[in-house]
Amino acid sequence: MKALWIVALLIFGCSKNDKILLVQNKGSDTLVNLAQAWAEEYKKVKPDIAIAVSGGGSGTGIAALINGTVDIANSSRAMKDEEKDEAKKNNGKEIKEFIVGMDALAVFVHPKNPVTGLTIEEVACIYGEGGTCTKWSDIRGIVVPGCKDNKIIRVSRQSNSGTYQYFREAILGKKRDLKLGSMDLNGSRESIDLVEKTPCAVGYSGMGYLNKHVRAVCISKTEGAPCIQPTLKTAIDKSYPISRELYMYTSGEPSEAVKNYMEWTQSEGARDITIKAGYVPAPKGN
Amino acid sequence: MELNMTETTQSKMEWRTKKAVKPKSEKIIEFIIKAGGLSSIVLIGAILFFILKESLPFLIGAFDFKEFFFSPEWYPASVVKIRYGILALLVGTVLVTVISMLIAVPLGLACAFYISEFCSPNLREVYKILIEFLAAIPSVVWGFIAIMMINPMIINLFNEPIGLNILNASLILALMSLPLIVSVGEDALRAVPETYREAAEAMGATKWEVATRVLLPAAKNGLMAAALLGVGRALGETMAVLMATGHSIQIPNSIFEPGRTLTATIAAELGESPKGGEHYQALFAIGLVLFILSFMVNLTADYLIRGRKK
Repeated sequence: MKALWIVALLIFGCSKNDKILLVQNKGSDTLVNLAQAWAEEYKKVKPDIAIAVSGGGSGTGIAALINGTVDIANSSRAMKDEEKDEAKKNNGKEIKEFIVGMDALAVFVHPKNPVTGLTIEEVACIYGEGGTCTKWSDIRGIVVPGCKDNKIIRVSRQSNSGTYQYFREAILGKKRDLKLGSMDLNGSRESIDLVEKTPCAVGYSGMGYLNKHVRAVCISKTEGAPCIQPTLKTAIDKSYPISRELYMYTSGEPSEAVKNYMEWTQSEGARDITIKAGYVPAPKGN
Repeated sequence: MELNMTETTQSKMEWRTKKAVKPKSEKIIEFIIKAGGLSSIVLIGAILFFILKESLPFLIGAFDFKEFFFSPEWYPASVVKIRYGILALLVGTVLVTVISMLIAVPLGLACAFYISEFCSPNLREVYKILIEFLAAIPSVVWGFIAIMMINPMIINLFNEPIGLNILNASLILALMSLPLIVSVGEDALRAVPETYREAAEAMGATKWEVATRVLLPAAKNGLMAAALLGVGRALGETMAVLMATGHSIQIPNSIFEPGRTLTATIAAELGESPKGGEHYQALFAIGLVLFILSFMVNLTADYLIRGRKK
């Protein structure tokens, strides 16, 4: 609390214009880098508005919006109807949804792994409850050098991350769980780090987190369908099968400042930042 | 005789009443110290109350004793059937704690003996600073060491499919609790009066004999406290084990298989579970289990130390 006051003092004390409006923005870890980049750029556009961005996960942001402690909640999954009802009950206001960008969920492996593409069904066989693929050789007889017994090491996320929930729904539908026994790391960054160091591993994360030490595989909807690599282009035209919308939510009709900010996020300048951060700008006109 | 007795008690009482008249400043200081002592009891009570309060709706609601303690299926976000079984997590916690202590206690106590008894005073200062520095490394950094260094090392050395496992977490935890064990152990050895050493050496005992036959029995309670503090450290560590165990819900068949601990589960899931929801309450029930577990460790420690004193 004290630290907050000091920060507030610094902000108010140093600016010439002493009427800075603070907008609280919290939620998804997938979105946090992008939201941060936007907030920084927006300071140049509108110096009298400060956007304070923090992460914590989609669930955290939504919970904060329901409790009325933030102005904007970031989420990498759509808000559930129950959550919207709860927010309405708490604040008496309808939730307003903004699609601020798109994200392709990449499935990636160690560079030594010879697999180039997987079907949704194969991914489900690896990750889904009851799925029988426990060795790489169960998938078209793939042999991974440096991987003992060809065992598949599943890298996943903690069960209430937005990425986890979207991945589950996209791969398994709404009525099937992910298999227990995966390595449930608590960040996309950690997932990438682990797969980079583990020849047997396979993982998933937002496309923006990919680096040259892991290799994203192409995904095909069904066997025989074209195998699509996750790229900006394939995410925009929706040919990549596991891409999702990224959301920002406000409670009720947003205030003038928040509204301006939300509009600005769809401007050309903001869209360039989106692309630079590794995400896909939202389709225009929504 | 009787008269004598009453006289002595009387004089004792007088002495007491005399002592009771104290300057104000002393009273204030006494009060502060008392409040300090009481605060730890109040705090523990408050923590227990808080954990109980948050977990109670779960304990009287969805809680199923058999499932909770004997099912390895922790599925708080399942779309099919939500299950709260902590067996796998409990096994993970116990395994990691025990194995890390098997490594850290002998190593830590040996190190304490070396620093306190065998090395030169100059070197001692260097070692102490180095070991204290080890304690200053944040646990997230240990976690990254586990993923980026120990993980590939285990994969290559033991030819295993994955290096994030019980062994990795035990190694990291051992390293993390070493500084505590060493410095408390060293203090315990330093507390043994110098005359003990001198007497033993005068009897012609070698340094080794002094250490094993004189210092070890004399500092036993302190050394045990050092070891048990290490156990507490290992039991409660969160971030590093989250990363080093692989955070995987399964009962490990060997030290080369990944697992998951109670603390790491709370750390990873509490932030994103809606406050007051069933999952949130279940996590607090895990907190209660941890509380009881560490309470039992401390009680055993207390019992052991008292038992030896008799």
